[in-house]
Amino acid sequence: MASTFFRTIQTHPFLLLHPTAVFRRKNGVLRCTMRSTQTQTPTQEKQQSPQIKFSPQNPNKTFYEIPKGYEAIIGIETHVQLSTLTKAFCGCPCNYGSQPNTSICPVCMGLPGALPVLNSKVIEFAVKLGLALNCKLSLNSKFDRKQYFYPDLPKGYQISQFDMPIATGGYIDLDLPVEFGGGHRRFGITRVHMEEDAGKLLHSENGDYSQEITSPTLQYVFCSFMLIFRGSMVDLNRAGVPLLEIVSEPDMRNGMEAAEYAAELQRLVRYLGVSNGNMQEGSLRCDVNVSIRPVEQEKFGTKVEIKNLNSFSAVNRAIDFEISRQVLLHSQGQGDQIVQETRLWEEGSQETFTMRKKEGLADYRYFPEPDLPEVILTKEYVNSIRNTLPELPEMKRRRYEKMDLSMQDVLYLANDINVADYFDATIARGADAKLVANWIMGDIAAYMKNEKLSINDVKLKPDELAKLIASIKSGTISGKIGKEILFELLAKGGTVKGLIDEKDLVQAIDPVEIGKMVDKVLSDNLKQLEQYRGGKTKLQGFFTGQVMKISKGKASPGLLNKILLEKLNAKN
Amino acid sequence: MLSAMQHPLLFSRFPRHISSSFAKSRPLHILSSAQPTAGLSVADQSPPSNSQILSIRHSLLSGHFTATQLAESYLNRLKLTEPQLNSFLHISNNVLKEAQEIDDKIKKKEEVGPLAGVLVGVKDNICTADMPSTGGSRILEGYRPPFDATAVKRVKELGGIVVGKTNLDEFGMGSTTEASAFKVTANPWDLSRVAGGSSGGSAAAVSARQCVVSLGSDTGGSVRQPASFCDVVGLKPTYGRVSRFGLMAYASSLDASGCFGSSVTDAGILLHAISGHDRFDATSSKQEVPDYASQFISATFLKSRPLEGLRVGLIRETIDEGVDSGVKSVIHGAASHLEQLGCMVTEVSLPSFSLGLPAYYILASSESSSNLSRYDGVRYGNQVSADELNSLYEDSRAKGFGPEVKMRILMGTYALSAGYYDAYYKRAQQVRTLIWESFKAALDENDILISPAAPSAAYKIGMMLTSSVIFFFFLLSLSFL
Ligand SMILES: [Zn+2]
Repeated sequence: MASTFFRTIQTHPFLLLHPTAVFRRKNGVLRCTMRSTQTQTPTQEKQQSPQIKFSPQNPNKTFYEIPKGYEAIIGIETHVQLSTLTKAFCGCPCNYGSQPNTSICPVCMGLPGALPVLNSKVIEFAVKLGLALNCKLSLNSKFDRKQYFYPDLPKGYQISQFDMPIATGGYIDLDLPVEFGGGHRRFGITRVHMEEDAGKLLHSENGDYSQEITSPTLQYVFCSFMLIFRGSMVDLNRAGVPLLEIVSEPDMRNGMEAAEYAAELQRLVRYLGVSNGNMQEGSLRCDVNVSIRPVEQEKFGTKVEIKNLNSFSAVNRAIDFEISRQVLLHSQGQGDQIVQETRLWEEGSQETFTMRKKEGLADYRYFPEPDLPEVILTKEYVNSIRNTLPELPEMKRRRYEKMDLSMQDVLYLANDINVADYFDATIARGADAKLVANWIMGDIAAYMKNEKLSINDVKLKPDELAKLIASIKSGTISGKIGKEILFELLAKGGTVKGLIDEKDLVQAIDPVEIGKMVDKVLSDNLKQLEQYRGGKTKLQGFFTGQVMKISKGKASPGLLNKILLEKLNAKN
Repeated sequence: MLSAMQHPLLFSRFPRHISSSFAKSRPLHILSSAQPTAGLSVADQSPPSNSQILSIRHSLLSGHFTATQLAESYLNRLKLTEPQLNSFLHISNNVLKEAQEIDDKIKKKEEVGPLAGVLVGVKDNICTADMPSTGGSRILEGYRPPFDATAVKRVKELGGIVVGKTNLDEFGMGSTTEASAFKVTANPWDLSRVAGGSSGGSAAAVSARQCVVSLGSDTGGSVRQPASFCDVVGLKPTYGRVSRFGLMAYASSLDASGCFGSSVTDAGILLHAISGHDRFDATSSKQEVPDYASQFISATFLKSRPLEGLRVGLIRETIDEGVDSGVKSVIHGAASHLEQLGCMVTEVSLPSFSLGLPAYYILASSESSSNLSRYDGVRYGNQVSADELNSLYEDSRAKGFGPEVKMRILMGTYALSAGYYDAYYKRAQQVRTLIWESFKAALDENDILISPAAPSAAYKIGMMLTSSVIFFFFLLSLSFL
């Protein structure tokens, strides 16, 4: 089918945005890398475009190889902000982007006498994610207080889970992108626990926020509750928003694997509907721990933590940078300069910098939260949640794989649950899986990209896509015409049948009629006919074009070629 | 645990020291009103005659006096006595207005709640939206919460009038009310002595009839002990019975709001008013609230041995050495009184009892060190000017907290620190379970347990100032139940 082979080329609007795009074939798989220093932008991520593998990034970084003789050990702590309507322990709405300190109450402000009451949705979401990560759920768990002082922490402690997390001992399955060599990986999950988010410190650029406070007594007035310290204001809208912290086993070995782990986690939370998973907004935050060791060494090297990773490519590049930094130090005999510390990733300079050194372990003086009863789950409850789980990305990929789709197709389709649902709905109407995949990944993806739409926004619904494909397959319309009306359907909606009727697009499949057209073209172009018959067979395309032109594109290409060849060669 | 006992020093109905100064004030006729109140009585039987709440209700509904008259007379008495007592940190400006509203309702024959016109004192660690709530601490000086504690809200909904905020040891940490950042409350029976604590203000206010009943809080005896010192009824309910929402947390797993009244009936009515599940307190009990007061009947209607068959255990460890002989003789007197009423009184031993105090001290300090973290100077009280974050915290807390509070924060922080947690906090929790079990065993054998609320009567002011820790080790009114 034409659309199969031209798929990548038909995405030209997308390519034009990145004129330096290079395509090359390796092992029969088309790989796409971009020579562009452009980093992933927020809008790209918000569109839920396929992560990492299509993101423009430096291929040299992508294919970073750890120097021989060394191994990197990477573990990730991920905080996922849950998309519950209200906060974890009070009734305040979880509002993004609202004015500072407008979504607050005595509980999340930590006012004296206020008490937390657990939002049951948090448990539900934690159980969902725990099950999806193949964890063992603790039927008895509890909350603890993690204590430290910081202005964004209104109570002086964070309600978290310490020694009895809600879920432990799971794993996550994922497929590495084909352009990075492909392969399946299983990374261990140490634990999943529930906790609350802290507020945010807002630093004013000119002067300070204290101008907004006209009198010290205003500090006690509820609606204008502001927290000030030297020109910084504390915004408590985020304080008390529920989080799940997911701690991985130290199973990743390079930046790409770590980024893929994070991407799969994002996919999972989006599939489950427990979080929007946006890294730019901070709904999904990754702190990674990196250490290196000589391969023959059993003991782990000194662990360095990296924060401020706002995209998957940042995760990837920060880790690879950190590995190379540590390997360099180690190979120069300066291994003792690798110290336990927290480093920040700087997007601008593409480097990590020391944020703070850790002198011994911080003592958070955890103890059981006395304001909250234990969390008791019944087996029935867990099972009822299990029964509502959607088909998860890994299951989808395995199913798609059995449809003889390429891994590239499988990864693309399963990346976004909405795309996967669209795909599933289309094939459920009898359309061929490979054809549907091609349409979605080709013209439809290009259209969405151009128009900055998600698949749920396009007007062409799976039902009509299935009909469009069927119309081409049955020969009612040509593939070329199909492509033309596709864009109309995407933009304006309507039915395939309606458009075909309206524009009189039914393919000419009457051999007599096509024969007449061929005859006319041949007799109008005797000079070219002579040249053709003189051996210039390349002119076949010219004749095809001419016939197409007078048929207004409706001539069935297969039939046309057959008849044309017959007639061209007849008098030879 | 029953801790209502007669005051060992004084048996008169009113504090002697201040009663002389009342000559000028209007007589409080309600106090002598002894008629049973219609409508609230158990069928065919009269309610107890010593309930002020019931008397007030009867008088208001029968037009004997108005809520305004009642409030005025209490306010006058309060004004006269307060300079000597210092029970209050703040007095409401709305008392007469609220009383007038009740009078209007009664005039219009509208329904009024069971606490209509009852003047209630509220311990200052219980939040009130229309009054400052400082918890007796400098760090919250001037703080006005944006909400009423659930207990206060319920009192108001039933027609109660909050007359003011009563003095206490800072954040409830202490047992003399001398650890208040603002003033020392005197004992109405002997102004040179303490009112007890930490709810000393609430106990003294009821004892001196500055209000009808009052709310206190009890973490390790803070209702029971001052009630004993001031000769009023103090009721520390079971944990979870009363919502803690709005009660400034000291030790969250032990804190309980409690009641003071001049009669058991009043304490019972008040408890009924404030009890019950609260969706703002996840630890509040969902158990049904019995109507305690309706079960009280007047003694005149009782048979001669009304408590026949009731098994009473007198806790041996609470009448051992270190307990004043006066206290011992009073508790023994109470025991033989109970026997006369038909009870079977036996001594019971709680072997783990002596472990209670150290365990309590560790748990309460640990939890308080955490609960008080929120007072960081960023938001409350007088923020000291500081150049650096750490010094903001340090200076604000150094200036804002008193020595007793600081000591407990230090102890609690220590007990929760890595390497010490198992030896202290965890072990104390295990001891708590042991004590719970031994109490449960004793209560399997007995219907009620009795003990003195404190090992002595009220001390002289200043006597305990330097030895509050040591004092705790002698404090007996301590229960994890
Ligand atoms: Zn809130």
